[in-house]
This record gives sequence, structure tokens and C-alpha cells, in this order.
Amino acid sequence: MSGEESTDAPEYEFEGPGMPGPAPDERPHPKGRRSAHGVRIDPEAEANPRQRTAVVSALVEHEPGVLSRVSGLFSRRQFNIESLTVGPTTVDGHARITLVVEETDAGIDQVKKQLSKLKPVIQVGELDDDAVRAELVLLKVRGDEPDKVHAITQMYEGQTLDAGPRTITVQITGDQQKIDDAVDAFRQFGIIEIARTGQTALARGDTPTTPGEEPGHSTEPKDSTYRDGTDADEN
Amino acid sequence: MSEQQPAPTAEETAEAEQTTETTRIPVTTGASSVVRALENAGVETAFGVQGGAIMPIYDALYDSDVRHVTMAHEQGAAHAADAYGVVTGEPGVCLATSGPGATNLVTGIADADMDSDAILALTGQVPSTMVGSDAFQEADTTGVTAPITKHNYFANDVDTVGDTVSEAFALAAEGRPGPTLVDLPKDISLGETDREPGPAKAPETTTPPTEADSESVEAAARAIERAEKPLLLFGGGVVKANATEEARAFAIEKGIPVVTTMPAIGSMPEDHELCLSWAGMHGTGYANMAVTHCDLLVAVGCRFDDRLTGGVDTFAPEAEVVHVDVDEAEISKNVHADYPVVGDAKAVLDQLAEEVEQSPDAREWRQQCRTWKEEYPLAYKTPEDEPLKPQFVVEALDEATPDDAIVTTGVGQHQMWAAQFWTFTNPRTWVSSHGLGTMGYGLPAAIGAKLAAPDTDVVCVDGDGSFLMTLQELSVAVREELDITVAVLNNEYIGMVRQWQDAFFEGRRMAAEYDWCPDFAKLAEAFGARGFSAETYDEVPEVIESALAYDGPSVIDFRIDPAENVYPMVASGGANGRFALSEDQL
Repeated sequence: MSGEESTDAPEYEFEGPGMPGPAPDERPHPKGRRSAHGVRIDPEAEANPRQRTAVVSALVEHEPGVLSRVSGLFSRRQFNIESLTVGPTTVDGHARITLVVEETDAGIDQVKKQLSKLKPVIQVGELDDDAVRAELVLLKVRGDEPDKVHAITQMYEGQTLDAGPRTITVQITGDQQKIDDAVDAFRQFGIIEIARTGQTALARGDTPTTPGEEPGHSTEPKDSTYRDGTDADEN
Repeated sequence: MSEQQPAPTAEETAEAEQTTETTRIPVTTGASSVVRALENAGVETAFGVQGGAIMPIYDALYDSDVRHVTMAHEQGAAHAADAYGVVTGEPGVCLATSGPGATNLVTGIADADMDSDAILALTGQVPSTMVGSDAFQEADTTGVTAPITKHNYFANDVDTVGDTVSEAFALAAEGRPGPTLVDLPKDISLGETDREPGPAKAPETTTPPTEADSESVEAAARAIERAEKPLLLFGGGVVKANATEEARAFAIEKGIPVVTTMPAIGSMPEDHELCLSWAGMHGTGYANMAVTHCDLLVAVGCRFDDRLTGGVDTFAPEAEVVHVDVDEAEISKNVHADYPVVGDAKAVLDQLAEEVEQSPDAREWRQQCRTWKEEYPLAYKTPEDEPLKPQFVVEALDEATPDDAIVTTGVGQHQMWAAQFWTFTNPRTWVSSHGLGTMGYGLPAAIGAKLAAPDTDVVCVDGDGSFLMTLQELSVAVREELDITVAVLNNEYIGMVRQWQDAFFEGRRMAAEYDWCPDFAKLAEAFGARGFSAETYDEVPEVIESALAYDGPSVIDFRIDPAENVYPMVASGGANGRFALSEDQL
């Protein structure tokens, strides 16, 4: 094809405005389609991608700015974040960020991959449904009926942190459902203030929370353990 | 301290070489350590603008062989560094002072980020004791640039600041390239240290695999073998991974037609029969037909930007997708990959070439692609009595320059005409702003490109609107005596906007008229460059000849047909196969 158009002025002869060639309607058109997520789909049965809740754990270098990078990533990419908790681990200089996100499968996949790309992020893992999860709530209620408050606190295996003549502050820990129930139960006393943490979580049993994570040691560089199937090696 | 740490065993020889080869001034301050890190990384040229908080770094550059090119504006420095990196394949370096200097870099950094161009930005910062006090010329540079860099660093230790710069330089080029930034507080730059920075090495947490795992390569290879209508889609990653040779060989050996993305222009010679040029919004009709009708799309190093795909629900609707990318996060981000292959394009193409034992039976398909090429040629009408057509100018420039000439552009209609009507045959000869679409990219990019390749012709195809955005950099081209040619396709409009206003806003040309543009030829002369202008077909060849012959920067003001628009065009979010060939098809 070289030299095809190498003359000074092209010699194409065509009528009307614009360029030559069959118009859009005169061209063959393929039948297949893809969904908005790029998946090829049956046009008759366009599936509505359903969101699910995922708990993602990220092991990160405990350096200034890491939380802002992670949260910045989430806002920049419009990921729907439910909660985020962070705290140090047993390894010096490491911290764990636990994120609860509500996204489609494709979205959760992106969350994990984009997180992994951040320089201070060492490892990213998604937790199973059977993971150990907990959150904490502090509740300040009116102190008119201390006995009743105490009874409810005990029912939810909570602790009374402060009890004065006018207010009582209790602490409840547990999974999200338990916390929701407890908050409901305390409502009868008149909740004055409430402070809730997000969920934090660890994988159950021997499974590492992020792939390749070892207790008390610095983890391997993530490229060696990053791919799926690390667990399979152990089985 | 030369006895700082137990000497790294592997690097001993390299280190020894470095120390014996030269009698360099020892590191005494943070700033000299920063400059030493640049020298160690092999940086030859840096672009920037002086200023209060970056002065210690510049002072250290005074004693260095690193060539510093002062730009007229920091945005120009970032674009020049970007283009320098595109042409050389090594990260470009730019410098700016704190506050306004740093924020002026932002557009250029964001541009590099969107196009995965490796640049290292060094910014001055107010002394760390004053950070957070809203001091004079203070801005939260790491905060501002966090979303548009691969990673950025706030240097807080004079002993490690050199290492930080080394790491940032390496990280910019590692895996998927991108911009990095080091913010340098003045007290750190001025602080005393004798620590020599270590060699450039990217952090372990960011090191991606080079080769893909063999299972994914096998699966992709089987899909290629059984395809009847296979299509290769080369993205910018092919150029960045220096995989052009492997990519071309793969296409030719397996007989698979190729479309490219805009950043990959030049990865496949556009005059090769297998090459269908670039697909997307203003891509060729045949490229978009091929994308729409292929049954297997093998995408290498591309991120499926919406300017390429149109609406994803109609993008390659019948194709299975093989997606090769070094960045795993790109896999299935915009378009689901049936066969994900994570690895460096160069390595993976070698793996694939070996694994695909039988070329797909694609004779009919290749014939179909040829037919589309004949049906939808890139063409335009040139009645002699009409105003000059921009496409003609681009073709004339292409003919007047050697094959390896580098083309830079701004953003707009002129950029599309340059991409469509220039026949690119070499990688790294197309230097443009793609993902961010930064008007004003062209001139500073031409400066960066010329400094990167002094013996190569550099032509900046610009638009009047785009040129106006950064034309102060002409002063730099004059001062540095850079032999570049700026061809302004002047239609006195911000033309792409006008095209959209006519098509989608009932011709209400709000703020699109640029009939207040200066006389660009006179302006060039005022800067000390040569100015030319042309408005008829006859004038074009001679003006181009004179401008190219002039040894120094020249500007040609081409007064083109103001009514000319860019076609083919895929409507935003539309189907690639339904590209319009004229306005009435939109």
C-alpha cells in the first residue's frame, strides 16, 4: 500500500460532503453485544450487575500519607466505600487497613488491583464470608434508668465505660448485625451520642488474611505471592 | 559517608567504575546528593524554572554536567520532559520551585500520568519547619499530585534524599511507566550530608512480573490459532516496552491485521499492508470496521480508553479478547478480558510467538480488511478555488521530511489531521497528548523532542488555539537555537469545539471563535524566530521548504479552510462501526 497516497493532491472523486465509502446504515453490523462492563452478552437477557459487600484487607507500610493515598484512590475512582479501619500489626512498620466496599464483582476486582498498585501497599486480600469480623460502638444514653441500661449492656456482652447521674456510656463489640441490634435496643433510653468504628477483620484459622502473610515477620515481596493460587499450594 | 553501609556486593564493580572514572565533587548537601542521584541515573538534560525554594538544587546543578534548559513556564518544563522521555525511552526530568512552580507542573504531570509517560518531577518546598503554616509560596504539592503520579515523596531526611530521588527515577520507568515526584523542602536541600546516593532501584512492592505465566500464554495462543477473524490491537505499551520489533514480527509471521491506538502510532508501519492505522473516534474507517467485525481481538499494552472503544457495549461485540498488559489493574477494567495475560509486552510477544504454532486461517479476513481500506480511504477534496485544506498541508510536510522525522502536536482538529494524514513508519516519532488531551502540548514537546534527538527533524503541527496556550516557549527554542518547525493550522477557531457545536449544539458557536489570534508569523519574528505564512496551495511547498531549510526555530502560519472538519468520526459513546463520514451522518 505504500505510495498509494503519495501524490501532491489526492485523486479521489466523490460526490457530496465528507469522505467516500458506504454510509453507516449501508454497512454490515454485527449481532453480538457487550454489557456496560465490557462482557459479551445475550442482548435478550441483559443481566443487571449486582453489588455485593466485600471485606478487603490491605497490608501497608506504616508511613505518613498512606491512609490519604488509599482514601484518595477510593474517591478518585468512585468506589463505594462502607467503612475503613486502620491500625498497626505485629510487624514493625506495617499497618493493616480493613475496607468494606459495596461493588459489583468487577468493581471489587478493581479495588483490589488498584490498591495493590500503590507503592506503600504490600499485600491485598479479600476475606471469605466466614472471616472473623468485629466492630465497636460507643453509646451515650440518658442515665435515668441505670438498671435497665445495665441489663441491656449485659445482654450484648458490653461494658459500661462511664456512668454518671445524667448519662451512661457503654461499649459494645461484635459483628455488624449485633451492633445494629444493640443500637436498636438502646434507643428506648434515648441515645445522646454515638460513635461507631468500621469493621475490622481477620481470616479464620490458618488462612493468612492477605496472601503470603506470615505472623511476626516482614512479608515476602508481593509479586511472588500475589497471584491467586497461593492457598492451593498449601492444600 | 563513603563508609556509610556495608558495600552492596553485586553493585561493587559498577560503583567502583563510577568512583574511579571521575573526580566528582563530593556530596556535601542534600541538594548535591539530589544532583548526584540524577547523574548516577544517567540524566543528561533537565527542564525547569528557577525559584526560591528550588534554588539550592539549581546551585548544585551549577557544578554538574546535567544540562539544564530553562523553560518559559513550568508547564512547558513538564511537557518538554515528557516528550524527551517519549523520544529517548528514559524518564524525562523537570524541576520547579514550591507553590506556583509546582502547581504549574500539574498539567504536565497529569498529562504524563494519563499517557503512562515516565517523568521525574523535582519540586522545591518551603523549609520543613514552615510546612503547614501557609508560608510564602507554599502548596501541598504531594497532596495535589498524589492522584496524578505513580507515587510521590516528601523528602524529610537529608541523608536519604538522594536515595529517594534515585528510587523515584527508577520507579518512573519501572513496569508501566508514569510520573513520580519528589518534594524537596529547602532545609533538606541545604542540609549537610556526605551520603552518596545508592543506585536507582524501584521499590519491591511495585515490581511487576516481566514474563507472563505460561498457562495464560497457552490459552491465548490456542485462541489465536483457532480465530478466523483475528485482529491485533497495539497500544502505547508496545512502544514503551520497546516491543515494536517483536510486535511487527508477530503480526507479519502470523498474518494478522493490525490496528493501533493513537499512542501506538508508529508501532506498525502505516504503509504496511497489514496495518489498518489507528482506531477510535477519529480513526480510519477500516480500522473501526475491523475492530467491529473481528472475532478475536488481541490487545497489547492498551487500556481501552473511551476515545478508542466508543460505547463498550458495541466495542468489538463479537470478539473474544486477549489482553496483554504489564499492569494487572488494566485487565478487565474497561473491557472484559477473556484471556488475560499479565506481563511486559516485549517478553509476552516473544512467548506468544513461540506458543502460537499454527497461524490462524485468516485469508478471507485479510481480504475483507483490504476491501474496507479501498472503501474508506482517508481523503479530502481540494478544489483549487477553496481555502487551503489542512490535510494537504500535513501531507506536504510529511513528504518534505525524512521518514524518521518526529511530529509533535497540540490537541484538537490539527492533531487528528496530523495523526490521519502523516504516514508514520517509526516508533517514537509521534509525540502527542492523548489521554488528558492537553492543548498547548505541541511546542514544549517539540523542544523536548529536539533536545532528545538533535539530529532528527522535529515538526510541531499545532492549532491556533493550542499554539496560543504555550507559545511563550518559542523564546526557549530561539535561545537554545533549536531547529524546529511549527506548522500552525490556523482556522481562527477552537476548531474541534466548533465541530461539536455544529454537530451537537445547533451551531451555537459559544466562545469557539478565535478571530483575535495574533499574526503568528510576525509573532515568531518578535521572538527572534523565522515567521512564514501561506494561504494558497501554491505557497505551501515553497514555504515548507524555506522553513525546513532555516537553521533555527520557524513558525508557519497556514491559513486553512475554517469550515473543514475532522472525519471519519465515531460519535462519543457510539459504535465504532457506525463512524460518520460527514456531518449529515452524525
